Amino acid sequence: MLRQIAGRRQSNGMRGDPANNRRAFLRTLAGSTALVLAPRSAHADAALITRVVPSTGEALPVVGLGSWITFNVGDDRAARDECADVMRAFFAAGGRMIDSSPMYGSSQQVIGYGLHKLGVPPALFAADKVWIGSGARGAAQIEESRSHWNVRRFDLLQVHNLLAWQEHLPRLFMMKAAGQLRYVGITTSEGRRHADVEAIMRSHPLDFVQVTYNAVDREVETRILPLARERGIAVIVNRPFRQRALIDATRSTRLPSFAAEIGCGSWAALLLKFVVSHPSVTCAIPATTLPAHAHENMVCARGPLPEEPLRQRIAALVAKL
Amino acid sequence: MSEWWTYRIASFVLFSPRTYLRLCEQYNEAVWPLQIVTLTAGVALVLVARRTGSSTARTIPLTLAALWLFVAYAFHLRRYAAINWAADYFAIAFIAQALLLAWSGVTGALRFGINTSWRQGAALAIVAFALVGVPLLERQSGRNWRALEAFGTSPDPTALGTLGILLVARDPPWMLLAIPLAWCVINGAFQWTVGFKDAIALPLIALMALSLRSASALRRALRRSVR
Repeated sequence: MLRQIAGRRQSNGMRGDPANNRRAFLRTLAGSTALVLAPRSAHADAALITRVVPSTGEALPVVGLGSWITFNVGDDRAARDECADVMRAFFAAGGRMIDSSPMYGSSQQVIGYGLHKLGVPPALFAADKVWIGSGARGAAQIEESRSHWNVRRFDLLQVHNLLAWQEHLPRLFMMKAAGQLRYVGITTSEGRRHADVEAIMRSHPLDFVQVTYNAVDREVETRILPLARERGIAVIVNRPFRQRALIDATRSTRLPSFAAEIGCGSWAALLLKFVVSHPSVTCAIPATTLPAHAHENMVCARGPLPEEPLRQRIAALVAKL
Repeated sequence: MSEWWTYRIASFVLFSPRTYLRLCEQYNEAVWPLQIVTLTAGVALVLVARRTGSSTARTIPLTLAALWLFVAYAFHLRRYAAINWAADYFAIAFIAQALLLAWSGVTGALRFGINTSWRQGAALAIVAFALVGVPLLERQSGRNWRALEAFGTSPDPTALGTLGILLVARDPPWMLLAIPLAWCVINGAFQWTVGFKDAIALPLIALMALSLRSASALRRALRRSVR
């Protein structure tokens, strides 16, 4: 685990003061001892499953960390510390991608608080969005977001829900060309504007596209995921649990026996493995308020993944709930 | 927002119920013991509303204006905006309501005075609900007492109490009722989506207030037509 994190040090460039980052990050690792010593699943030591970003060949773990709702805790110090603990567990388990947006209230500031408290891990993959109706104000919003995170630059910036994408995308591509950004993407959620998403994927050299995908919301399987593969675009998946609605729906249903075969001890794990087992998916970004859940989610990035017949059985089971 | 019709209220739920309750707790601690003052002011406003006259017509809306202004600043701008970007717009709406109430107070246009009509009884029941019923209902729903919302410091009971007090007056202008009514409907639906099922009371009381004001207008129109 230590090697995995340290080994990615060079892939993202340095952020902030290197000496302070090293000290703080060592504290982070020390703090994660409790999680390391916690009961582990049979696959906790298996190799971390990564997927390659087609445009660069960079490998990313298939599980990331979302911040929608869970990290919007305002100025509440205790709640901010809890979020930092979630980040600590995530990084300790090999996590890299954290995703946020200016739309998510105080989530960006809370991520910045966590990164300040823990130290910025060299492996961090900072993904954020631009979400403003005025193209002229896009640059100011991006800079404000960056200052909230307190990172030197973002790895990925996405046009949130295609809002004013015609104005924002050219700016993001310019930033990428100038070395101020590593990747450019667009996002949608809950099945909105898929026709527009497809058109932009065909007409622009995107690195990433972010969509909703889970065992119930499978519309992207027919067109967007194949198109992403064809065009060499990495795919981030939001709402893998339908904002925990799927977990709630499975609460009184017994876990199928085949779950154990793929190392899943819970419905949450089964649902997450369903998502990340799709070959076109690069990274799913479940959100949580609990360090233990962040750790469990990362365990889903290890061990066997369901093959297509098993994926179909999972989807059929969940559809019946 | 492009294709806004594809969004649901749930798309704008930015925070968890736990986060909102923690915010209420910390806000209450920060403004304590102002809640006692504002609740006392609410009771005093009902007592003052018994009297007719120009001083009553000025005192009541000016006091309510001060409360709306306080909630706009202390709650929406200083606290709620930290977890909900829409709070800035809520603050603007609350300041607009404060200005409307202040203007009403300056002109002394409202006519108060207690009578025995059922409509006024219902209006007083709305005030009582805002002062006592809201915190009781929240407590009944399992909310920590530190997170209970109070008239004059929190938006929901302030909006409800304002509707009730204004409806004690004879034919209060629709302009003064519009923002409190809109707040109760919009925030009631929003809070329901967040997970606060007791928030259903907000639009229900707003509907009651709307009915009271409409009944008053209808009665007046019928009288005119008979003449």
